[in-house]
Amino acid sequence: MPSIQMSDAVIRIEDLHKSYETSAGLFPALKQVNLSIASGEFVAIMGPSGSGKSTFMNILGCLDKPSTGRYFLDGRSVADLGKDELALLRNRTIGFVFQGYNLLQRMSLLDNIALPLIYCGVEREERQHRAHDLLTKVGLGNYSGSMPNKISGGQQQRVAIARALVNRPRLILADEPTGNLDSQTGKEIMTLFEELNHEGITIVLVTHEEDIASHAKRQVRFFDGRIVSDHASQHSGALA
Amino acid sequence: MILAMLGEAWRAMGANRLRTFLTMLGMVIGVGAVVLMMSIGQGAQFAIKQTIAAMGSNLFILLSGSTSAGGVRSGSGGGYTLTVGDADAISELPGVLAVAPIHPGNTQVVYGPNNWNTSIIGTTPSYLDARSWQVTSGNVFTDSDVRSATRVALIGKTAAQNLFGDEDPLGKTFRIRQSPFVILGTLAVKGQAMDGRDQDDTIIIPLTTAQRQVFGSQFQGSVRMVMVQTATQEIMPAVEKSMTDLLRQRHRIREGMDNDFFLRNLTAAADSAAESTRIMSLLLGAIASVSLLVGGIGIMNIMLVSVTERTREIGIRMAIGARERDILLQFLLEAIIISVIGCFIGLLLGIGGALLTNALTGTMVIISGSSVVVAFSVAAAVGIFFGFYPAHKAAQLDPIDALRYQ
Repeated sequence: MPSIQMSDAVIRIEDLHKSYETSAGLFPALKQVNLSIASGEFVAIMGPSGSGKSTFMNILGCLDKPSTGRYFLDGRSVADLGKDELALLRNRTIGFVFQGYNLLQRMSLLDNIALPLIYCGVEREERQHRAHDLLTKVGLGNYSGSMPNKISGGQQQRVAIARALVNRPRLILADEPTGNLDSQTGKEIMTLFEELNHEGITIVLVTHEEDIASHAKRQVRFFDGRIVSDHASQHSGALA
Repeated sequence: MILAMLGEAWRAMGANRLRTFLTMLGMVIGVGAVVLMMSIGQGAQFAIKQTIAAMGSNLFILLSGSTSAGGVRSGSGGGYTLTVGDADAISELPGVLAVAPIHPGNTQVVYGPNNWNTSIIGTTPSYLDARSWQVTSGNVFTDSDVRSATRVALIGKTAAQNLFGDEDPLGKTFRIRQSPFVILGTLAVKGQAMDGRDQDDTIIIPLTTAQRQVFGSQFQGSVRMVMVQTATQEIMPAVEKSMTDLLRQRHRIREGMDNDFFLRNLTAAADSAAESTRIMSLLLGAIASVSLLVGGIGIMNIMLVSVTERTREIGIRMAIGARERDILLQFLLEAIIISVIGCFIGLLLGIGGALLTNALTGTMVIISGSSVVVAFSVAAAVGIFFGFYPAHKAAQLDPIDALRYQ
């Protein structure tokens, strides 16, 4: 297990609980979770469905708040932040990659990638420029004017990754990014993540596939709302 | 930032053109109706004002009281209780600007082979002052013409056309009941009176000439009507009172007896006509505003559908860093763009409709800058008002729920 200095931890979670109100009473989704992820790590979060890993990802992504416990993102206590500051974190510090790509169908690939930049007031030329650079980086430089429904799932996921990267985030959160892809395309996407991690971006991804998880350097397993194992991957040294 | 959002709003509207168009149609019809109705209403008001101005301002008309002979009562003006002396006395009252005794009638006039039945007004030159009526050529007869009962006449345009055709009537001699008259001047065009009478179908001659040589008069010096003009509208009630008192005194009417004359305030009648036109145009505007309101509700309706349809998109936008106000602004902008473009088209249609109304029916229309400004600001306000709730609803969505929405 990698040793983590508190100071360079991108994510630090202390004694986190999360429960939902249901008709049957309070349902605890996460119980007493403690986790630190250092800058530059590549972590796979695993577990069966209902184990709380999606809830955990939502909290990591500042889309949801813990019921009790503390969550420090980039050294800041997320509980103390207002809605606008959380939006700013999602915009600047975090890049999201979803299972269903979640591109906006009405926009060209270039505009999709540039979208987060609109929300932090980057000028149009700069937006276009950065979006084009990233589209080239994910290998789709010739597709800038295409619409999302004209390209394959793997290509769409690449565009989604480019969108996640456009604001130069410290952290990429990927929720089952290969879930809708065949294994070969999935492998290519994972290679892209490995490259990004190599460039120093911290990556946390949720998956239930062992061979996808094996691309990560560290594997954290959830079961019934708790972390049940947390260890370095056997293959982690292969590419890093 | 705003520019980028405008672009996005435009794209969102373009994605569902038919729906955008139909939503816009509500605004188009609303604004079009408001502009059209305001144009027609203002046109009608202007027409009434013109009529009033043509009639002359601050006018009273005094009529002789009715007579009763053998049980047959004449109408007002039938008797001969008013005299030129009364008129002269009234002209001495404070606040009275002009006094004109009038002897009206209708009779046949002849020029060469043409003859025409027209209205003859026997009066003094101050009648023209009171009615602010000018001559376009020639001269007005003078008080000395009135004193010596000369046979001169001023002729209105309609009467002149029927009697003289294309000839210039000035200086021509024509006959009224066998007596030859010389045309001294032609009257400026007055147009229709409020009761629809053509005021230009008339001939004005000196009062005394009318009394002695045209209509005849039972009693020397009596007149059928007197027109009185006051200096301002405010003093009209005061003048009305002093005039009544004066005439009662002059006619020796005892306390408790009825007046032997009628006093009418012409300006008040005209004002009430103007007021009813104003109320009518307000009413038209109010009805048209209802369609604007319905258009606004249409926008709200569609925006609510749009927010529901795009829930997932809203979730994605929130996940990549859109703040609540970014989402709010995006949907608000869409509503405003729809209403402003709708308003613009409605404005063009409304103006077009007003011009068409004018061309087809001759109704006077006035397209004022103020009605355009009002329509535009109302449209923008409607867009903001009815767009706000859906936009607010969008902005308040929970990002997780929105992302999960299928």
